[in-house]
Amino acid sequence: MFRNQYDTDVTTWSPAGRLFQVEYAMEAVKQGSAAIGLRSKTHVVLGCVNKANSELSSHQKKIFKVDDHIGVAIAGLTADGRVLSRYMRNECINYSFTYESPLPVGRLVVQLADKAQVCTQRSWKRPYGVGLLVAGLDESGAHLYYNCPSGNYFEYQAFAIGSRSQAAKTYLERRFESFRDASRDDLVKDALMAIRETLQGETLKSLVCTVAVVGVGEPFHILDQGTVQQMIDAFEIVAEQEGPAAEPDTEAGQEASAEPEPEQGAAAGEGVAPMDI
Amino acid sequence: MNFTASKQPENCLLGPESDSQRTLYPYVTGTSVVALKYKDGILMAADMGGSYGSTLRYKSVERMKPIGKHSLLGASGEISDFQEILKYLDELILYDNMWDDGNSLGPKEVHNYLTRVMYNRRNKFNPLWNSLVLGGVKKGEKYLGTVSMIGVNFEDNHVATGFGNHLARPILRQEWHENLSFEDGVKLLEKCMRVLLYRDRSAINKLQIAKITEEGMTISPPYSLKTYWEFAAFENPTQGAVGSW
Repeated sequence: MFRNQYDTDVTTWSPAGRLFQVEYAMEAVKQGSAAIGLRSKTHVVLGCVNKANSELSSHQKKIFKVDDHIGVAIAGLTADGRVLSRYMRNECINYSFTYESPLPVGRLVVQLADKAQVCTQRSWKRPYGVGLLVAGLDESGAHLYYNCPSGNYFEYQAFAIGSRSQAAKTYLERRFESFRDASRDDLVKDALMAIRETLQGETLKSLVCTVAVVGVGEPFHILDQGTVQQMIDAFEIVAEQEGPAAEPDTEAGQEASAEPEPEQGAAAGEGVAPMDI
Repeated sequence: MNFTASKQPENCLLGPESDSQRTLYPYVTGTSVVALKYKDGILMAADMGGSYGSTLRYKSVERMKPIGKHSLLGASGEISDFQEILKYLDELILYDNMWDDGNSLGPKEVHNYLTRVMYNRRNKFNPLWNSLVLGGVKKGEKYLGTVSMIGVNFEDNHVATGFGNHLARPILRQEWHENLSFEDGVKLLEKCMRVLLYRDRSAINKLQIAKITEEGMTISPPYSLKTYWEFAAFENPTQGAVGSW
């Protein structure tokens, strides 16, 4: 995208009918580190890549619990994400207090989208620079939504946002048909695989990623590092060619080819490009 | 000379707000509502009387109304406040329907909403002068609760308001059991209503029984209970009474 004379404020249309400030806000989401989400009929899993700036610092918190039945993963300006999470938590808690019942995630998402839309139509505001993957349960089952700075929202079976999310999306597109009836553990494994795709050759360790789950009978919670590392170890043994035409993969067990993983420990030199499979 | 127009009662505690109106006493009131859970849902009974003090002035007041798809609300106390509550609930259900998203407010949610409304009004010293009974079925789950004018709320297998608490509940405690059939439930409610008719001055012999199940709500046309006044104890009631008043 290049600068032009219609991009100074959000209340100026371009002759082609575009709001550039809103589109720039969506660019900010693409620059953030990756976040992915996928769902089955009964569970939703969120995952994100957590890179700390330096060895000295801790990493950014990108997954937030909003209520027992709703959680959100963000990509983009994390400060904006934090503020929106606070809004979501507030809405949930107020609804719970009045009705003693959990706020249906579909309604929360619409409220969030309306809030984002306001910022696209006021000259003294700017759009939120954060994309949100909202995972939640309501009467009709498990849901995953994506909320955009533009004020749009979409429901997804699986989605990825942030930098290098295309790699994850490609992986998810190949596998999404199996998600609906997948077990909770398979879903988490798929999430880890998708996260790995965005790392592009880097080793997948529980230190660089965060995974959270919500499901029927399972309140939203972030999995602890130990559990995540265990799951990584469990499937890293399986060779890289799960995927293409063959849809074997009900992982756990299918050690198709027990080749020692070249990735493990070796540097980028191997030239493995996971997304090309 | 004092020409102030505002009439402040002697017990006024409001001070600067004393010109605003708030409920001090009820005027047109309904008497007990009785309800119980049965096999398929909830049964609720209330008579159709609206008393103006000790006068039984209005005799066709419907004190039970359906709320949304899943709930039934019965009220005793000030009738105009009941109508106000129906307005609030109407708006609530309207907005709920406008979402058009497969989610809907069930009896538990409506009950809790009403609790919040009643309690908040009580805190402002301007209560809605009602005792409410809220029953319903959603996704196979039966729900029956009550809220008073001061915001006291709870759920139970059978509830009643006003005199019903004193005359009907003891009968229900003895004779209610899980999975009552529709006929048994109605018989039990009629037994309670008959006692109330004999003993509650503000009761009239014209009642309705409402039923709510997963399928929906139906309310019977008004009818009367058979009564028997020839008990020996009713003839010459003061004979043998000690003292007089």
